[in-house]
Amino acid sequence: MTAEILLQTLASGVLIGLIYALVAIGLTMIFGVMDIVNFAHGEFLMLGMYSAFWLFALYALDPLLTLPLTVLMLFAFGMLLYKLVIKRIVAAPMLSQIFTTFGLMILLRGVAQFLWKPDFRSIENSWVAGSVKLAGIQLGKPQLVAGVGAVVITAVIHAFLTRTRLGAALEATAADKEAAQLMGIDSHRMFSLAWGIGAACAGAAGVLLATFFPIFPEVGANFILIAFVVVNLGGFGSVTGAFWAGILVGVIEVMGGLLLGPQYKTAVVLVLFLAVLMFRPQGLMGKA
Amino acid sequence: MRRTFTKALLASSIAIGLGLGVAGFAHAQAEVKIGVIYPLTGPGAAVGAELRSALELAVDIINNGAPGIAELPFSAGKGLPNLKGAKIKLVFADHQANPQTGATEAERLITQEKVVAIVGAYNSAVTATASQVAERAGIPFLNPESSSASLTARGFKWFFRTTPHDDLFVHNAFEFLKELEAKRGIKPGVVVTLNENGLWGTETTKLQAKLAPEYKLNLVKQVVYPAKTTQLTSEVQTLKAAAPNLVLQSSYTADAILSMKTYKELGFSPDMILANNAGFTDTDFIKTLGKDAEYVITREVWALDLASSNPLIKQVNDLFNSRYKINFTGNSSRTFTGLMVIADAINRAGSTEPEAVRKALAATDLPGSKLIMPWKGVKFDATGQNTLGQGILVQIVDGKYNTVWPFAMAAREVVWPMPKWDQRK
Repeated sequence: MTAEILLQTLASGVLIGLIYALVAIGLTMIFGVMDIVNFAHGEFLMLGMYSAFWLFALYALDPLLTLPLTVLMLFAFGMLLYKLVIKRIVAAPMLSQIFTTFGLMILLRGVAQFLWKPDFRSIENSWVAGSVKLAGIQLGKPQLVAGVGAVVITAVIHAFLTRTRLGAALEATAADKEAAQLMGIDSHRMFSLAWGIGAACAGAAGVLLATFFPIFPEVGANFILIAFVVVNLGGFGSVTGAFWAGILVGVIEVMGGLLLGPQYKTAVVLVLFLAVLMFRPQGLMGKA
Repeated sequence: MRRTFTKALLASSIAIGLGLGVAGFAHAQAEVKIGVIYPLTGPGAAVGAELRSALELAVDIINNGAPGIAELPFSAGKGLPNLKGAKIKLVFADHQANPQTGATEAERLITQEKVVAIVGAYNSAVTATASQVAERAGIPFLNPESSSASLTARGFKWFFRTTPHDDLFVHNAFEFLKELEAKRGIKPGVVVTLNENGLWGTETTKLQAKLAPEYKLNLVKQVVYPAKTTQLTSEVQTLKAAAPNLVLQSSYTADAILSMKTYKELGFSPDMILANNAGFTDTDFIKTLGKDAEYVITREVWALDLASSNPLIKQVNDLFNSRYKINFTGNSSRTFTGLMVIADAINRAGSTEPEAVRKALAATDLPGSKLIMPWKGVKFDATGQNTLGQGILVQIVDGKYNTVWPFAMAAREVVWPMPKWDQRK
């Protein structure tokens, strides 16, 4: 086991971890603002991937070019979904909320399969194909670009939450819905904003993934479990928490796989998850 | 009191008798219902869609004919002759690659749809549960494409499998390596295995470990991974650290694609990847990977270029292609064959009575010339396993699967080793 292999694996872990982070940020935001667990979150990612794929296949537009467009579409889709469906279950019992988002998950998968067939697709020869050698380690350009993209998007969201009035209003709603409402913040507007941003984040992750991961209607399933672990680990509702937890999970998964044997990689992540639940149930950066 | 009871009994038995008579009459005239249970949605849906097309073609040939393909059974299109030309009707059930759903759907097909037999279910784990339901109900279950060896080791009476199973396929790969060394002097060198960690991958891993010393192969590392993974970095790094010449791999579609992309990304270049079907023979594998799929050898059960030794293959494939714009694959050709075999049995039974169909199945003896498979035929042993099936190996060259083994059926020579990633055009 050379230092080079360790470094290489570490780098791969960080890069996939950044994608996990981006998926989880959207999920944690929806949960933080309105306490609803969105089981259909992986499907937003899937829609983002298909959006990138079709814009590439039909109009030969590179995924990087269409990233803003996809993000906008997913943002609108998230808000629309809130207005049409989620708004009706805001005050419903938790079980109804779970069934609703779970149902959405099945519906979106079904629709994707119906419209685009269950085939596996991929984007060939995007701008970022190939790999680069950096300090003796080999990194795929798509993964590298995806990682950088994830960092940028997280930074933008962080800035939005901490620097703008709208962001502050969103944070206020997350902290205390009633108090925020008394201060004149329209909570339904905030909820729909959270769904928009949440979907947009997953969509962005989808576009970035689309340059190196196969695209198929069920792809969300591969990521959603990890996204939940990340959200929990980072602390429900914490964007920065989700960011660091995403990287942490990515690194632990690949390093655990390399050092203990690949068959244990998921187990290592889940053991860590259990440990956090037992000793720090609010998550690494969550509020108690 | 007693008299009324007898009367009622009499009346009801007449009613039942009439009912049965009517039902029997309707059956003979109209249709024979066969339940088909496949992953039509969910992770296996891509394959499921192909299998569905193959089944529909088979039924259409039986019911409506396929002029010009005289060698194919039922191509006259008169339905099942021994059942007064009864047509076959497929009742589709979707198991979503979920063993539990598979069992429930099999139950529904038997109790509610009253199917004569069940054909399915692609995923070995689902075949295991669904066939258990059929066994209990006493309904013949024909499995055309699940290759888990354990399926025919359960002592079932109603279970029949036309495809060769994994043990045989894994043997084929080792046989190939032995013959390759004898014929061309190519030594496999250091060997590693990479298998998914489901039932199939785990059984394959065990068998490879057992066979390697028997074939004097230097197997140094066996890696397993979950098929629904988001990355394969640690797996590939572990393989790379073992510096192997040959990788024996068993993967489903998404993970097969992901593994190839990760090999390229991390610059992992063994002499050869000898894959174990499944994902590597999915239509999407070459389509998705393009040039990066080149040179991989995979075991297969079928290839279009076999048509040179069996014209039936080309004729039926042309029909399939003109209708669905895709060619047969190892999966869809086996499913097609499975339906033909069950139709043949029901026809020979001349009845839709389960025991009669089971007996006819057990007595099946179809020659290879009537099949679109590279098999010597279909003939079941006491466990329900077809003893005349065999696998082939194909290599991807110029974006196509080319038969390279058995050497007698080969359409071209094996390219070995595969070029390193940075030396590829």
